[in-house]
Amino acid sequence: MTPDAKLLPSGLPRIESMEMRGIVKKFPGVLACDHVNFDVKAGEIHALLGENGAGKSTLMKILYGLYHPEEGEIILNGLPVEINSPTDSLNHGIGMIHQHFMLVDTLTVAENVALGLKSTREPRMDLDVVSARIRELAVKYGLKVDPNALVSKLAVGERQRVEIVKALYRGAALLVLDEPTAVLTPQEVEELFHIFRQMAADGHALIFISHKLDEIFALTDRVTVLRDGKAVGSTLTSQINKAGLAAMMVGREVSLSRERPDVTVGKVRLSLKGINAFNADGQQILKEINLEVRSGEIVGVAGISGNGQRPLAETVAGLQPVASGTVELDGQLVTGLPPARMFKAGLSYIPEERMHDGVVKDFSVAENLILQDHIHAPFSKGIFLDFKFIAKHAQRLIQAFNVKTPSRETLVKNLSGGNIQKLILARELARGPRVLIAAQPTRGVDIGATEYIHAQLLKGRAEGLATLLISEDLDEVKAMSDRIAVLFEGRIMGIVTSDEVSTEQLGLMMAGEAAAV
Amino acid sequence: MNDQLTLMTIVLGIIHSGIRLATPYLYAAIGETFSQRSGVLNLGVEGVMLMGSFFGFYAVYQTGNPWLGLLAALVVGLLMGLIMGVVSITLKAEQGISGIGMYMFGLGLSSLLFKTMVGSVEGVEGFSELRFCVTDTLCLADVPILGDIFFNHSIVTYGAFALVPLAWWILNKTTWGLKVRAAGQNPEAVDSLGVNVDAVRYVSVMVGSALAGVAGASLSISLLGIFQENMTNGMGFTAVALVYFGSWRPYGVLVGALLFSGVNALQLWVQVLKLNIPSDVAVMLPYLLTIVALALPFRRSMQPAALTKPFERGEN
Ligand SMILES: Nc1ncnc2c1ncn2[C@@H]1O[C@H](COP(=O)(O)OP(=O)(O)OP(=O)(O)O)[C@@H](O)[C@H]1O
Ligand SMILES: [Mg+2]
Repeated sequence: MTPDAKLLPSGLPRIESMEMRGIVKKFPGVLACDHVNFDVKAGEIHALLGENGAGKSTLMKILYGLYHPEEGEIILNGLPVEINSPTDSLNHGIGMIHQHFMLVDTLTVAENVALGLKSTREPRMDLDVVSARIRELAVKYGLKVDPNALVSKLAVGERQRVEIVKALYRGAALLVLDEPTAVLTPQEVEELFHIFRQMAADGHALIFISHKLDEIFALTDRVTVLRDGKAVGSTLTSQINKAGLAAMMVGREVSLSRERPDVTVGKVRLSLKGINAFNADGQQILKEINLEVRSGEIVGVAGISGNGQRPLAETVAGLQPVASGTVELDGQLVTGLPPARMFKAGLSYIPEERMHDGVVKDFSVAENLILQDHIHAPFSKGIFLDFKFIAKHAQRLIQAFNVKTPSRETLVKNLSGGNIQKLILARELARGPRVLIAAQPTRGVDIGATEYIHAQLLKGRAEGLATLLISEDLDEVKAMSDRIAVLFEGRIMGIVTSDEVSTEQLGLMMAGEAAAV
Repeated sequence: MNDQLTLMTIVLGIIHSGIRLATPYLYAAIGETFSQRSGVLNLGVEGVMLMGSFFGFYAVYQTGNPWLGLLAALVVGLLMGLIMGVVSITLKAEQGISGIGMYMFGLGLSSLLFKTMVGSVEGVEGFSELRFCVTDTLCLADVPILGDIFFNHSIVTYGAFALVPLAWWILNKTTWGLKVRAAGQNPEAVDSLGVNVDAVRYVSVMVGSALAGVAGASLSISLLGIFQENMTNGMGFTAVALVYFGSWRPYGVLVGALLFSGVNALQLWVQVLKLNIPSDVAVMLPYLLTIVALALPFRRSMQPAALTKPFERGEN
């Protein structure tokens, strides 16, 4: 082999092999990593799979120097290394794309990329040089990014590309991808996969985390499964199937298909008539929306993200002012009323941005479970909270909904992403709603929990709940909904019966190319 | 004729003292801008100013050298910034409260030191006006109107105005400034790129505090030439308000400082001329202006998102 065979196209050295041995990491009340072994080689894409809270992010944060393990070592190219901070890992050529964006909103793309790097003309910045390099990378990998754009103006898919550019710019001989696809549309995912494959072909080593089994099979060479902090299995991706992987992950058989039993549909619980709404910039975001959801019915809302799903959900929740039209909840006219009144009228709401809109991160699990209802009985007596009851309530829901948390007093920010989602679901369903808005309820949620959440939605349906299910996952929408409304540019392109429509037809409607058949 | 002359003198006087009075506000508020852009609210500016004011004065009182006075104020400011850093960055104490602590500390200590080391109000010969003389008799300062406005200030005042473009350049055009802006907005992102958030904040707070020290000295050894207990009389708090007023931007702070010192100068003249306005109302004027300006809602959206929030990795 010639010596240059050891270099990446960027001229930086490859990481031929990385091994983590016997990694142990404890958090108060949790053993997040329990003697984990994990490795990856140059040119390989290695999937890390596991339920919510299995310890995937923790393991990767240890590799990146953000967390420090109690035991274990990291071996790069055969030599043990100390990684105490991101500075160390970056110096070794390790990059990471985090589960939550690590971007500074108020800066431009180029500034975000340049942050922390030496400039060619210190102390001044060299943003023109940085921008030129970004454009080169953009061409090489077919990434669409504008170096001068302000990050706050970018959509999620674009932000994810900025994160990738940040990593590529620094070389990232080994790149950790912690659920990079969770918030992307299928088209965007395909674009990203193209980039990842090209990187692997160039000699980068990639670690890929996702809860979507299809993605694991489409992209990766090897897969390692974590369960409760332990590595329970590792295999070539080509030598296992979906059911086997699911079983390895959860430790039992998981049903990947959904049965919607027949339910008698009752009276109209949610009715939107002629809704028009505008955003702060004066653009129309909802156009003449007419939609009804009946008791015992799940109505899916499909569409490419940014086509009005969020304003639609927020209209019903009382967070989006409408210019015209009416909202009726359970026969009551509630147009323009504040969220508290909507909740009182029987609404429950699972928001899309769970970290931001769904929980108070610095509150405990128990407190988050009573966010709306703390002011009245049985959670309070007069002006005092009834802590005994609140504790009992929390304990009951944690058990019933299988929320993985060290205790009911744990701060929500320390839960894994999927468990936060279960917590919100528990709170919203336990309120005994008549109407439920569920926006992306299984985004970033593992397959076991997804199965559970779907079962809960179907149970609600059987008990007469009217559900509006907003999701970008077409399989989910098709499997769960009785009827599907397709949104395009703020307008309903058509409402179809889900058993009579093909995925292709839905795709066309989502692209605005066909009306209902 | 005579009437017109007086009016002219008064207007000139207001502009001239407006520019002079902007000096301490500019140093203090530009310094606080750095601190806040990095994410640390230093409410102790007033206390640091008092300490800078006293030590600047005392150094000149002892040595007669105004430059040593300036240096003393700078060093004292730096040290107080270090204390503020330890308390609010390393120990992660609540920033508003620790700032108030710094204020009380500065107020108390400067008064105590003044009483024990000086005793009574004494004047010192500090920085004098430059006047820009070409020959012994020909000075730019004597040019009618413009001379008084532009060429009749001390080096300390010119320094304050030069600081504005310099601060703008550092914040917006240097790699260091980029780190400061990012640290105040999303410290987690900064940390994930291998930049030490605490180090960025320490330097910003200490630079800001050093400038507050200089702001205090500008009063005692340039504008007034004396030290008195509590002589800053709220200027430090006003400087903090000016940072909000200026939306965390150096040029915004400049506008605010000029507006504020302008109204202040006006207020002084109202008192001097014994106009038929109660002097209490006149004294209130600049503060009223500040409150009104701060209430303007659009400014808040410019606030650094991580302001007052100590940074901690998720690990602990
Ligand atoms: N900073 C922290 N403090 C306390 N506990 C933590 C912290 N970070 C993670 N944990 C706990 O460690 C366990 C593993 O969490 P981790 O985030 O690694 O899970 P994950 O596999 O990435 O899950 P997900 O798929 O939901 O992202 C969880 O039980 C979580 O509650
Ligand atoms: Mg994770």
